[in-house]
Amino acid sequence: MSENGTSHGISRRRLLGGAAAAAAPAAIGLSGLLSGRGPGADSAVASGTPAANGHAGHGEFPHATFAAGPSVDHRANGFHPTELLRDFDYGTTRRLASGRVVREWEIVAHDKEIEVAPGVKYEAWTYNGRVPGPTLRAREGELLRIRFVNASEHPHTMHFHGIHPALMDGMPGIGERRGGGQIERGEAFTYEFDATPFGLHLYHCHVAPLAAHIARGLYGAFIIDPKDGRPEADEMVMVMNGFDTNFDLANEVYAVNTVGFHYINEPIEVDRGGLVRVYLVNILEYDPLNSFHIHGNFFQHYPTGTSLQPSEFTDTIVQGQGQRGILELEFPFDGDYMFHAHVSEFAELGWTGFFRVGDPSRLTPAAAAAAYCELPWGGGKA
Amino acid sequence: MEAGARAERDLGGRLPAWALGAIPLALIVVAIGGFALLGGPGLGERTGPPVEEVTVERTLLRPGEIELTLRNDGPDPVQVAQVAVNDAYAPFVASAGNEIERLGSTTLTVSYPWIEGEAYEIFVLTSTGGTIPVSIPVAAETPEADAGFYGLMALLGIYVGVIPVSLGMLWLPFLGRLGRRWMSTLIAFTVGLLAFLGIDAGLAGLEIAAAAPAAFGGASLVFAGALVAYLVLAGIDAHLERRRANAGSGASSGAYLALLVAIGIGLHNLGEGLAIGSAYATGALALGAFLVVGFAIHNTTEGLAIVAPLRGGADGEAERPAFSRLLALGLIAGAPAILGAWIGASAFNPSLAAALFGIGVGAIARVIVQLAPAMRDEDGRLLYPSTVAGMLGGIAVLYLTGLLVSV
Repeated sequence: MSENGTSHGISRRRLLGGAAAAAAPAAIGLSGLLSGRGPGADSAVASGTPAANGHAGHGEFPHATFAAGPSVDHRANGFHPTELLRDFDYGTTRRLASGRVVREWEIVAHDKEIEVAPGVKYEAWTYNGRVPGPTLRAREGELLRIRFVNASEHPHTMHFHGIHPALMDGMPGIGERRGGGQIERGEAFTYEFDATPFGLHLYHCHVAPLAAHIARGLYGAFIIDPKDGRPEADEMVMVMNGFDTNFDLANEVYAVNTVGFHYINEPIEVDRGGLVRVYLVNILEYDPLNSFHIHGNFFQHYPTGTSLQPSEFTDTIVQGQGQRGILELEFPFDGDYMFHAHVSEFAELGWTGFFRVGDPSRLTPAAAAAAYCELPWGGGKA
Repeated sequence: MEAGARAERDLGGRLPAWALGAIPLALIVVAIGGFALLGGPGLGERTGPPVEEVTVERTLLRPGEIELTLRNDGPDPVQVAQVAVNDAYAPFVASAGNEIERLGSTTLTVSYPWIEGEAYEIFVLTSTGGTIPVSIPVAAETPEADAGFYGLMALLGIYVGVIPVSLGMLWLPFLGRLGRRWMSTLIAFTVGLLAFLGIDAGLAGLEIAAAAPAAFGGASLVFAGALVAYLVLAGIDAHLERRRANAGSGASSGAYLALLVAIGIGLHNLGEGLAIGSAYATGALALGAFLVVGFAIHNTTEGLAIVAPLRGGADGEAERPAFSRLLALGLIAGAPAILGAWIGASAFNPSLAAALFGIGVGAIARVIVQLAPAMRDEDGRLLYPSTVAGMLGGIAVLYLTGLLVSV
């Protein structure tokens, strides 16, 4: 939303005679009077009480939230961010004579109104009626077939990040004569390619205007597990996205998995000491960067998930659009731990949530000290 | 031709006059009512998404709270969904619910720890995802409208209205010593002053109207206000003229013209007080000695304009009005600034303000028309070197003293 001001052509200090004229009319004869705060300003505003400088508004709601009002109608949306988090779509499989596994999905593009923040409706374009689209999950080396049906009013494609022939790239202008390329409304096409390389990828529509087709909601995570899998963990998908609800090329609502502040209202429950694996994808349109930061903890970062060795032990990473990575962490203490974009603007416009570890009421100093003793690096110190 | 006229006479003859007036009215009511009940047959559904036009009429700041008064200016209801202050969503309560009907309003009380002196950009997000931008250029607490506040506004009105105007009237004895030739120049000077004030008020009104809901008229309120004021004053004038004629008196007397000038200036000062009051209430106004001194000099010339016609009675003799009458004229011209400051600081409404500025313009225009004949020379000319010089002098004086308050 940072460009909001400039896109309306309003600078912060300019407008005594502009929009603020509703409150402060500038009579021509008084123009000087109204032009700002002269030497006598102190006497005029001295009535500002000390409370005006305090953080009086923070009492009931200690951070930006929609908690004051009703929540989003997830039933009408047809998807629930809490369920979507751990919802992996493995499709259907069958084995070829050669012994190779074929994994198949059908994805239908729909136009659908969704509620992205309480009371705020957005005319989204969706894969299978949800934003983000289903998290497609396969295993390295399988043959993948994704039948795409376009039931939207607009032409779309499915463009997968991966290694595949040009015809399977979901790219308008390539392969229309063979039924691929841009898929017009009412048409269908089956993408077919090998599941490679293993890692965390994504898919999205690639029809022009590209920014609009992505921003409308046509994207999803695409996971290819390594042949031997990864260690057992509580796995979840977080697609960092945003919504430009007034179409001014800047987002009004930011989120992971679409609904702003959802995981504030419904913290993500995880076990203390258990391995948590987050598949984090950034598809945010209109802003160059997004980020993920965890409170009170660090995580191992596997960029793009294409290596089984983590590249960094950190608590904050930055991703450009299309970048993604796997995060692995354990929570040693009970309690609520915030996670959010370390772009404060995004955080306060919806991209903030909580992990709820064990029983938050057990977050007493004694319990924390006891838990600390159990840590590999903290044993016996307490 | 004749048959038609006869038919008309017959029709008219059979029905009483009131029925001839009432029947078309009844048919119009039935036709429009039926059209509305049937939902405009043949027009079909509206094209395109609903239109959201919302005006922010008032912005108040209290510790930890920002209060926005919104008015739905468009044809469709608007549903307020969320409010963000400086790109952070903030909790809020809507006084009249989140849905605003056409021309309805609601007041949002937003919890936000604003800091004095900072600038804030707010957007109100509607159910369709549209945004209503609100800007607070410099945050300052809005004064509470208590007795002390009204007292302060009254003092302000007295400082910028009553006292300077009354001081200006002290020139009356001096004017009495001036010769006949100076009289028309002096009236021209007054006309110049008034013309400047009129233009000033008109532009101020249009500027405010730009931020007012278009559904209530917007800029046309300024013109309508001017027209109404001009016509009402002209009507009163014609009424008084006839009474004076019946009483055997001649042309407009100096006292009468002075009263008109005082009324015109008073209406102008109403608008001026309105602007000062609302600016003060939003923290945009710095009250200081320099400002008050500037206004005193600026408005002193208005006092001179009031007493000029007293010197220039039709008989050319200076009238010697009672002190009480002078005081009354000073109050008529200056006291509306107090009223304006009260309204501006406590119940500012851009539509009302635009209309009031328009009324000021109309009143001034009427006064100029009234004063102009007194400028005529022996040949009946209005514009000749000394009156032109007088008018230019009036404009120049107001322009230059205006610079004093344009810090």
